[in-house]
Order: sequence, then structure tokens, then C-alpha cells
Amino acid sequence: MTRRLLDRALGPTALVLVVLTVWLGLWVTPPDQFQGNLVRLLYLHPAVAWVALYLAFGLAALSSALYLWPRTRSQRWDLLALASVEVGVVFLTLTLATGMLWGRPVWNTWWTWDPRLTSTALLELLFIGYLAMRRVPADPHVRARRCAVLALLAGLDVPIVHYSVQWWNGLHQTDSVLVGGLHFTIHGSMLYTLLLSFVAMSLVFVWMVRRRYEIAVRESAIADAALEGAVLERRAEAMR
Amino acid sequence: MWRDAMLVCGKDLRIELRTRVLLWQVVPFGILTLVLFALALGPSATELRQGAPGLLWLALLFAAVLATTRSAGIEAPEGTRSSIRLLGLDAGGVFLGKAAALAVQLLAIAVVLEVGLLVFFHVGAVRLGIASPLELCALAALAAVGTLYGAVVAGTDVAGTLLPLLVLPALAPVLIAGEKGTAAVLAGGGPGRWAIILLVMAVAYLGVGTLLYGALEEPS
Repeated sequence: MTRRLLDRALGPTALVLVVLTVWLGLWVTPPDQFQGNLVRLLYLHPAVAWVALYLAFGLAALSSALYLWPRTRSQRWDLLALASVEVGVVFLTLTLATGMLWGRPVWNTWWTWDPRLTSTALLELLFIGYLAMRRVPADPHVRARRCAVLALLAGLDVPIVHYSVQWWNGLHQTDSVLVGGLHFTIHGSMLYTLLLSFVAMSLVFVWMVRRRYEIAVRESAIADAALEGAVLERRAEAMR
Repeated sequence: MWRDAMLVCGKDLRIELRTRVLLWQVVPFGILTLVLFALALGPSATELRQGAPGLLWLALLFAAVLATTRSAGIEAPEGTRSSIRLLGLDAGGVFLGKAAALAVQLLAIAVVLEVGLLVFFHVGAVRLGIASPLELCALAALAAVGTLYGAVVAGTDVAGTLLPLLVLPALAPVLIAGEKGTAAVLAGGGPGRWAIILLVMAVAYLGVGTLLYGALEEPS
């Protein structure tokens, strides 16, 4: 009962928080001293990047590992990985798009071969490859194993994306909001809005993954039923 | 595991020696790539020399995709993979053996391409660094990644189109580090941290491949 209520409340709560973030980000928070109104894009960009890199691909890697581990192998981990990667790719595309929108006026270019940007684009391509593999006709168990290996391999790029700003000196800034533990470098409404955007986007992610997972479970049940039906049909033909 | 690796490596290399796919298809493709790059850049010796490190690694990457397709294709005929499973070989050993055989083949391709650089791109022979630690680490990483992704697409109807999509983004870090290291060597310095980055990549992918290859070879 409680679980169903939580599940029902998830979508509306996420929507309310997104609307609140938009309102705070566009109307309540002040313009930045140096970036002016462009700072408002940053109430979206870090949050979607956090969801894509750490939540989505972290969950995909974890569920893939659990699928590959013989003791925990279950189709639900494979379907959860699929849902997580699909939603993650959407969020990573948003990350790149919002980054480009911000980069055009600030860096004077839509795209630059900065290590953070390049490694992020490669990560997107790696997970697009994962999604391509999902659509290859194959035995579901074989495909699940292969995709689990792909998700783990693609996940190796996440630490590279994370540390790229420290390992190589690029245009993308290093950690600039949360420095040296829990010491924030921005304050007031700007800080609250930024933190709220992380919560809102995380809830949107959970809601989307939940819905996609349900669809994947139903798709899988339909495929199993179709297979079972075909087997029964052949058996009936043989009995005639 | 090591004995199985030697066995599989020897088997793949023997098949290559007998079929000569590398000699007649992959190596000419690599040279063709170099020639086409030279045509695209134009006849300026300075520009060719400047672009040489990147083009070498790009040509090697494309040739590696072909070599990987070939390496994975050895087990493609019906029943071959299940026959190998029946031999009871260690999966990690099979992976390491296939990766080692692929690395040897890639080294042969790299040597030919580097001679191509001498001829077409006017690069000094002394600084080329054939079989240098940088190159060996990069080839080990290429072979490990190639073998792993080759096993992922093996047996599918779309392996030819899917493999480049999967493997090239994964190999991009090798391209970057290989190009930077080779450029540094050609400029008269050492490969520096790029060789270390390639070594880390090679060790990581060989380790991950040894662990995960078994999952790819499980019966359905």
C-alpha cells in the first residue's frame, strides 16, 4: 500500500520540484556577477550531468554486475540496466546540449576538444553502442550477458570523465561549487536552487527508470508469451 | 590459464599463417588508408610530417578493427564455440591467448605502417620507435579491447557493422595517448606519461577481459 502510494506520488513530486527549480532559477535567483543571466543554465547542466554519469550509468553498471554474478543472476537486473542506460543517454544528451548552449556565449564556441567534453561524448557513443546491441536479434540470455559486459566496459569511462578536469588542463572548470569537503562556494538562493535541481532531476530519473522498467517487463512477458504460443502451435500441429 | 593462453595464441597464429588474411587483406588496407590520408592532406611535406603520428594511429585503429573481425570470425562457424567450450579451457586463458595473437598481428601491421610513414610522410627512421614500450603497451590495449568486443558481437548477423560502432569509441583513448606519445618521440623527446597511461589501459583491459570473457562464452 505504502509502496503504491510512494510510486504514485513520485511523478507529481518530481514535476512540482522541476517547476519549483525553474521558477527559482529563472525568476528568484539573481544574475551572476560575471556570467549574468547565463548562470541560470547552470541550475540544469550539473544536475542532469550528475544524473547521467553517476545515477544512470552507476545503476546500469551495478545491475549489469549483479546480472553477471551467477548467484544474483535475474532478468530483472538486465531490464533495470536497459532502463537505466536508455534514460541515462537522454540525460547525457541533455548534459551535452546544455553545455553547448552555455559554452557558445561564454567560451565563444559550441564545441571544443576539451578533455571533459571529449570523454563525455565518447561515453555517449559507448552507451549508444549498448543500445544498438540491445536491438540485435539474439537469444535473450546471450544478449543480456553481452549487454552486461558492454555496460561494465562503458562504465570504465565514467571515472575518466570525472577526473578529466584534474588530469588534463582543459577549458572546463574543475570542482567549483563544492570544494574541500562540504564547503560551498555559492550561497543563498543560488545554492538552494542548485541543490533543489539535483533533487528534482534525480526524482525525474527515478520516475523515468521506473516507467521504462515496467514497459521492459511487459515487453519481455509479451515476447515470452509469443514464444510459448508458437511452441504450443507447433506441438498441436505435430499431434494432428 | 597461461598454458591455455599459449595454446590458443599458437592456434590463432597458425591459422593466420595458413590463411594469410592479414598479409593479403589487412596490411594492404592499412597501407591504402595511409595513402588516402596523404592524398587528403596534400603533397606538403611539413603538413604530412605534422599529421603523421595521428594518421599512423588512425590507420592502425582501422586495421585493428579488421584484424579483430577476423580474429573473432575464426570461431564463427557453427559449433566452433561450443567445441572450444567442450575442451574445458580456462576462459581467461582463451581471452589472453586470443589477445596475444591479435597483438602479434597488430605489431606486424604497425611495422609495415611505420615503414609507410617513412616513405609517404617523410618521417625520420631513427625516431620512429618501432616496437618501443609505448607502441607495445598501445598494441596490448588495442588487442585486449578488440578481443573483448569481438567476443561481444561474435555470432550476430550484424557483427560487421556493430563492431566498429562499439570498439572505436572504446579505442579512442588509445588513439589519443598513442598519437601524443608518438608526436613527443618524433619531436625528439620521450613518450613520458603517455606510455604510462597506455600501460595502465592495457593492464586494466587485460584484467577486465580475463574476468569477463567467461560470461561471454557461457552456453545460452
